[in-house]
This record gives sequence, C-alpha cells and structure tokens, in this order.
Amino acid sequence: MKQSRRNFLKFVGISALGLGLAKVAGVEAAGGGGHGPVMEPPHDALHAKRWGMVIDTRKLNTAEAIAPLAEACHSVHNVPTIAAPREMKWLWAESFDGSFTEMENDRLNDEIEHRKFALLCNHCQNPPCVRVCPTKATFKRADGITMMDMHRCIGCRYCMAACPYGARSFNFGDPQKFVAKPNPEYPMRMRGVVEKCTFCSERLEAGKQPACVEASQGAMLFGDLEDKNSPVRKALRENFTIRRKPSLGTQPSVYYII
Amino acid sequence: MLEKALQGSPKYWGWLAFLGLIIAAGGGVYMTQLQDGLQITGMNRDVSWGFYIAQFTYLVGVAASGVMVVLPYYFHHYKKYKKMVIMGEFMAIGAVVMCLGFIVVDIGQPQRMLNVMLHPTPNSILFWDMVVLNGYLFLNVIVGWMSLQSERTRIDPPKWLKYVIYTSIVWAFSIHTVTAFLYQGLPARHYWLTAILAARFLASAFCSGPAILLLVIMLVQKLTKFNPGEDAYKTLAKTITYAMCVNVFFFLLEVFTAAYSSIPGHMHSIAYLFVGSHGHTGMVPWMWSAAFMAILSLCLLIPPALRDNMKLLPWSLAILVAATWIDKGLGLLIGGFTPNMFEGVTEYWPTGKELMVSLAVYATGALVLTLLFKVATGIREETDNL
Repeated sequence: MKQSRRNFLKFVGISALGLGLAKVAGVEAAGGGGHGPVMEPPHDALHAKRWGMVIDTRKLNTAEAIAPLAEACHSVHNVPTIAAPREMKWLWAESFDGSFTEMENDRLNDEIEHRKFALLCNHCQNPPCVRVCPTKATFKRADGITMMDMHRCIGCRYCMAACPYGARSFNFGDPQKFVAKPNPEYPMRMRGVVEKCTFCSERLEAGKQPACVEASQGAMLFGDLEDKNSPVRKALRENFTIRRKPSLGTQPSVYYII
Repeated sequence: MLEKALQGSPKYWGWLAFLGLIIAAGGGVYMTQLQDGLQITGMNRDVSWGFYIAQFTYLVGVAASGVMVVLPYYFHHYKKYKKMVIMGEFMAIGAVVMCLGFIVVDIGQPQRMLNVMLHPTPNSILFWDMVVLNGYLFLNVIVGWMSLQSERTRIDPPKWLKYVIYTSIVWAFSIHTVTAFLYQGLPARHYWLTAILAARFLASAFCSGPAILLLVIMLVQKLTKFNPGEDAYKTLAKTITYAMCVNVFFFLLEVFTAAYSSIPGHMHSIAYLFVGSHGHTGMVPWMWSAAFMAILSLCLLIPPALRDNMKLLPWSLAILVAATWIDKGLGLLIGGFTPNMFEGVTEYWPTGKELMVSLAVYATGALVLTLLFKVATGIREETDNL
C-alpha cells in the first residue's frame, strides 16, 4: 500500500515536471510567448526598437490641415463617423490648452494660441491603459507600439478611465452602419469593444509608413527613437519639442515641435 | 434549509412575484442593450463609466459593511448582535450578487467575460477586484449557511469555521480597499487620485451599509416576529453615527486640500460638482442636497435622545443613505470623469433604459436577500429563537 502510494506520487511529480518543461520549451520555440503559431513577418517589414513620432506644429497646425490626415487614418482603419459625445477617433485636432493641459498660459503667443495640434495615442513607454487592462487585450509590443486585440477586449472601458490623453474610443453601438466606404483590407470592429491608434502596425509590416505620416507631406516624422540616425532623433536633436502631460511619467512616444 | 423559502404567506409570494416582474422587465431592456450595445445608456466617450459602475461601487460598500456586525460579535464577543449577525452575512451575499450583476451589465462584450480568468492579469486591479469579490461571496455563503445550520441542529459548527469567519472579517476590508484602488491608481483623474479614497470608501460604507441593514431589519421585524433586541439597534446606530462623522470629515479633508492649495486640477472636479463648470450645472442641486442631508442626518444621529428614538431612527437612517448614495452612487463617478482629458466638460445623465436595467439588478439582490432572510427567520421560528 505504502509502496504504491509513493510510486503514484512519483508518477504525478514527474508528469507535472514534464508538462512544465514541455511548456517552457514550447514557449521558447514560439519566440517568447503568445498563443498558437507565430507567423514570420514579411521581409520588407519596417522594424524598430521603439517606434516614435515627431509632429512639426509649425507646418501642421490647422483643423483644415489635420482633417485629411484623420480621414486617411479613419478610412484605412474603418473608424466609424459618429457624432459627439460618442465620437470615434484615432487622430484628431485639439487646441493648445486642450492638448497641453499642464502648460496653461494666460498670455500665450497669438500664433500658438490659434494653432491646432494633431492628437493620437502616445504609445507611452509606461502606459496606464496596459497596466489596468484585465485581459491583456491591450499590450505593449517589443517595438514600443501599444497594441489592441479587439477580439479579446471585453469592453470594460477601464483603459478609457486610465488613459490620460483621451486616446481611446468605445463602440457604443454597431460601427458598421457608420463606415461610409469600408476598407476590406482591415477588420471591422463589433459593438462593445475599445479601439485606438495602432501606429499602423499593419502598414509597418508591409513596409509602409503610417497613413497619417504618409499624408502629412513631411509635417509628421516617424521612426526609431532608439536609433541615433533615425529622422525622428535628428528632428528631436535639432528642435525644441514637448510631450503631453509629462509629469505623469507615462513617457509618450509622440513629440511636438513648437 | 432552502425549503423554508418555499413556504410563505400570500404576501410573501406576492412580493416575490413583484420582484420577478421587475427582473423580467429590466431583463427585457437588457436584451435590447445586448442587441444595440451600450448606446442605450447615457454614457459617452468622456464619461465612459456611469450609473452601473457607480452602483457597483456603492454596493461593494454595502457588502463590506456586514463586518460592522460580524466583527464585534466574533472579535469582541458582543453577544447582543447574536441575532443580527446572520442578517449582516446574508445582506453581504445579496450585495455581492448585485455588484457582480452591475459589472456584467456594464461590460460591452459580456460573452467574453471569462477572458478575465482565461488570461489572468495580476497588474490589473480589476482582476483583483474579481478575485476578492468572488472570494467574499464564497466566504459569506459558507459562514452564513453553516452558522444557520448549526443553529438548527443545535450542534456546534466545526472548529475551522472560526478561522473562515476571521478571514471573512479581514476580507471585508479588502473588497472595498481594492475597489477604491480601481479608481485611486489612475494617473490623470484628480478627483480619484488621492490616498484617502480607500479610507473614504470604507467610512462611507460603514455608515451607509449598516444603515440599510437596520432599515431592512426593521422591515423584517414588522413582517415577522424577528426581534434583534433594542440594544442591538442602539449599538449599531452608534457605529453608523461614528462612521458618518468620519465620512464627512474625510470629505472635508479633500475640500480643504483642493481649496487651500488652489491647484486647478484638484479643484476642478469639486467645483464642477458643487458650483458647475463651463455652464454645466447638472450635478449642483444633487450635491448640495447630499451635503444638506449629510449634515441633517448627523444632527439627528449625534444627540443620544434623538438617535435612541426608534420612531425617528428609520428616518435619520434613510436621510443618511440618500446622502451617501448621491455622494458615491452619482458624484464619485461623474466628478471623476469631469473635466475630461482636454479640460472640457461633457455631461452625463443615465437614460430610462439604463435605470430600468439597474432596477432589475437591484430587484435581483432584493430577491436573493428575501429568500435568505426567509430561510433565516424560518429556521429561527422553528428553533423558537426569533
């Protein structure tokens, strides 16, 4: 009796160990985690250690100039056009006070006072939205992109409460009716999930710049913040830039040249 | 023991049918929410949580408050709570059921809800809230049920139950602390980003929860022969009074910090709630009513002569519940989301459909509470211990 019990325990222990090892081996084979098979990105994909953006607000500073960029973004990603206060937006125009709330100034230079700023997800290095998400539906990629899995999102909207930049939109209803010309290349969301700018991860994979950057005629620069020779690093070296709400320690990856 | 819930007067069955009707009606409205999405509510891009999550928050407090009866009874052997203890535990069960209900109706994709368990994420406070709330439900079911069973069979409960009870007492504090952490750890929401929020939550819970418990027990006493004894009423009313004093004090600490420092971010939400902002004054009459009722409830509860007057007490308690409900069930959420992330104001008000779904969740809690109290009073009647 005793003998068989000991054997049984041994068997259980060895099996558990085996399962654990198999799991570790599996994870390594899959390249560091995740579920299911991992597809190799195409060879012409763009790579970076930390994607970042520099927006030159000397060139891009009116609602009229920002609207086509938002349109380029929203049409390629099937972002529905819905009226406030339930509007959906990945990229939009905002005043100086609304964009840089900590830099309130009652005697702001006339020109800057009238500038509009292009706002989008900041892809923070230390993102509060990722910290609070209860399902890892929003997560940080190795290349610095704060990504959304719209098929895992349960729609609890905790990320919307956590994001200091108002970058997230929620599908209060079915978005399909509000997308004038659906882009079949990109998935359409369903009601009840949160969405936001993804730095055009799907375009980077195809070797293309983000849609807004492409439409900005050089007013938006996109590149690797960890690469000293990248166009964004060059712009940051040569110009005075600010970021939104720096005191919160989120470390945004979007910089604004003033 | 459940059979006790199956025998009752026509009045009892009528009440159950009434609750069933509300649940069915609200359930119907919830079906339209499932179909059309959360656009049937008043929530929007800026106020992205509303009435549902506010009720959830308030009810976590109610659930935690059972401990104000359980703790003196088990830690201090305060025997006068003997009859009331089970009611506190059962009310906690009803309240947690409502909490879970409000979470489910608030979620945009409820059929994916189990993702919280399939992809456990310990860095999310929501994950921990799920853990502590379900744990608390489980603990109270065990403790309530086993204590009642031992009463019925007149056999002492197993020794280990004592440790489960001790755990549940500490656990009660944890559920409301974790719920406060949901809010107070968010970097850009000034109204919530305050170390005292968890303490405020507990203080408001420990006055409003026992107040609701006393009101329910008064009702039960009218309907059955159940009598917890006048001393139990008086002691719990004292607890409620102290907790309400602390609650009001903590809120005034917030007001002082914001007003004296004059930091705009700290003042803005409070100013919006009490005087309005950018011409939006929807919350102002509510918040001043809450402030007035809070003071009034203290005036009626602090003098012993008024507090011990059993004719007046239910009114004082009802006023207290109304004041704390506006503070936590409306002001906390709406104030937290105002101003929005661009220093603008988007007003929120729940829609009729939203209120209907909420009513159904409340009715579900009332149903659970009714059944559990029916079992408890039935067993007590049987053992001649009402």
